[in-house]
Amino acid sequence: MTTPQMSVPGAAALRQTGRLFALAGTVLAMTFRRPFQLRELIQQFWFIASVAILPTMLVSIPFGAVISLQVGSLAKQLGAQSLTGGASVLAVVQQASPLIVALLISGAAGSAICADLGSRTIREEMDAMEVMGVSPIQRLVVPRVLACTAVAVLLNGLVSVVGVAGGYFFNVELQDGTPGAYLASFSALAQLPDLYVSELKALIFGFIAGVVASYRGLNPRPGPKGVGDAVNQSVVVTFLLLFFVNLVMTAIYLEVVPAKGA
Amino acid sequence: MGIEVAVEGLTKSFGTQTIWRDVTLTLPAGEVTVLLGPSGTGKTVFLKSLIGLIKPEDGTVRVDGVDMVNDPDRRVFRARKRFGLMFQDGAMFGSLNLYDNIAFPLREHTRKTEREIRRIVLEKMDTVGLAGEEKKVPGQISGGMRKRAGLARALVMDPEIILCDEPDSGLDPVRTAHLSQLLIDVNARIDATMLIVTHNIEIASTVPDNIGMLYRRDLVAFGPRETVIASEDPVIAQFLRGSPEGPIGMSEEKDAALLAEEAARAANRPRPVARPIEIPAQLRPSPGEPERSGEIRHAARVDALLPSLPHAAAEAIRRGRVATAEAAAVAAAAQQAAAQRAASASQPAPQPETHPAPQPPPLPPEFRPPGETP
Ligand SMILES: Nc1ncnc2c1ncn2[C@@H]1O[C@H](COP(=O)(O)OP(=O)(O)OP(=O)(O)O)[C@@H](O)[C@H]1O
Ligand SMILES: [Mg+2]
Repeated sequence: MTTPQMSVPGAAALRQTGRLFALAGTVLAMTFRRPFQLRELIQQFWFIASVAILPTMLVSIPFGAVISLQVGSLAKQLGAQSLTGGASVLAVVQQASPLIVALLISGAAGSAICADLGSRTIREEMDAMEVMGVSPIQRLVVPRVLACTAVAVLLNGLVSVVGVAGGYFFNVELQDGTPGAYLASFSALAQLPDLYVSELKALIFGFIAGVVASYRGLNPRPGPKGVGDAVNQSVVVTFLLLFFVNLVMTAIYLEVVPAKGA
Repeated sequence: MGIEVAVEGLTKSFGTQTIWRDVTLTLPAGEVTVLLGPSGTGKTVFLKSLIGLIKPEDGTVRVDGVDMVNDPDRRVFRARKRFGLMFQDGAMFGSLNLYDNIAFPLREHTRKTEREIRRIVLEKMDTVGLAGEEKKVPGQISGGMRKRAGLARALVMDPEIILCDEPDSGLDPVRTAHLSQLLIDVNARIDATMLIVTHNIEIASTVPDNIGMLYRRDLVAFGPRETVIASEDPVIAQFLRGSPEGPIGMSEEKDAALLAEEAARAANRPRPVARPIEIPAQLRPSPGEPERSGEIRHAARVDALLPSLPHAAAEAIRRGRVATAEAAAVAAAAQQAAAQRAASASQPAPQPETHPAPQPPPLPPEFRPPGETP
């Protein structure tokens, strides 16, 4: 049985993509395999939350402010100040928040996960585990991916609140909006599915960040430099995937869920 | 009781580089085998292929009905629990201390209580000379200690097949001698099938029942210890003597010009008188350990093989057995003398319990030294 190594251009990229999806599938399947690694999950969850919370907050306040200022001034030009609140809230909750969360999880936690798994791989720890009949995916990757996903979902809630509060503050204090108009437009334009899709996005983005980081960590080129490169690539690849998946999900959402009042 | 590992037609390449091809050998159940080969000939790759970590393109590795190369992962995973692999670099988990590292397989695969685990782990750490180092993490210990910890972890489940990748590298000569004895004692105790990769000629010539050698992408030798040591194949002879003269060079093979020049130089030199190569005695289990069932089976297997062997090989086997028997007799005499001294020194204290050293299997009649009557 020989595996022919095709040299078709693009075949390598396809092979990598296939293996990435295979890992994602294995992670999903192994999630329900006993024994569940609860301890590792809690440790990883704690670690990811602790490295991601502060930077996420620090990014989300100015980001919420920028969106609210920009939308505010645009709305003024169009003569629709009364709708500023709802518009900026939608932008923050649906687009900005899941992306910010996922980018920071990938940058702060995904890179650490990738480096950790990568250095274990080149020290043959993964091989040692497999030899002892323990699956490194079940043991190490599943808890990390689940932790990324869970932290993303929870942080997304936090960022949404912080972003909306920041928007409110800037709109009301700096752009002479009125609290009543802000809240009224909010309830006129926003609906619960907006929040649902936001959380769904965060869930999927967190999963992607975790899987990509783990995939690169499990397959570094040999040597410390290989691990460094893998970390770098894992962050870049995650970013590319996130924006692409975001585009697809947004398009689908806007088609499927009718806008409120439309 | 160990299990047989049957390798057939194994071929592995990375990209265009063929590591080895068409390797066929059988590790007989419970016997100790040493795998030799110049650095970079793929010994580590071979070990990893046996256990299914590396998938060769061709061939099979059969372990009790499971094909470690082609069978589905689920079966391979289950079969792996019967192996213990000691990695060349230890491969300890960097985040766990030595105790937890060695306890890892027990905690994963057994329902033993923490007390039992503690007893087993401490005992294994003691046998590899790491008592008192439980709390250190792998980053805080020397290379030789890491290897010994790796050995302890490989032994902790009492595996049926033990694969050791250069257990001696990074160890001092005394520890290497202890290690050889340890490997033989482990084999006597649990009758595991063992494959040891090593560059150490001392281990290669005194520990195993069988020796194999990889060279230039082929298995160039595989057979009973004595026949390989006595082999006149230039590659094997050069390797066992550690001599720079011969077909093995610094890189994979010397080029033709260099070989010709060397042949010319050798032709001008007075040749040493050819004399039979000495076959050292095989190491035997320590006093108090059981007999090695693998050794007994090996002897029976070789006896059956004897008629088909060339005269020189049969002669080498005979000399090896004589040497082993003599060494065992000397050891037994020394032990008896020591016991008597101890007994006379501590009269009228009760006679201390002595364990007779296990005796090697008897020679078949046609190979008894002349003059000895049964
Ligand atoms: N993952 C890999 N990818 C590509 N080539 C590899 C890989 N692993 C090993 N090799 C190549 O296989 C060959 C054999 O390597 P291996 O580590 O088995 O040698 P070895 O016989 O164990 O040597 P040593 O005695 O020095 O440990 C080397 O040429 C090495 O470059
Ligand atoms: Mg090696």
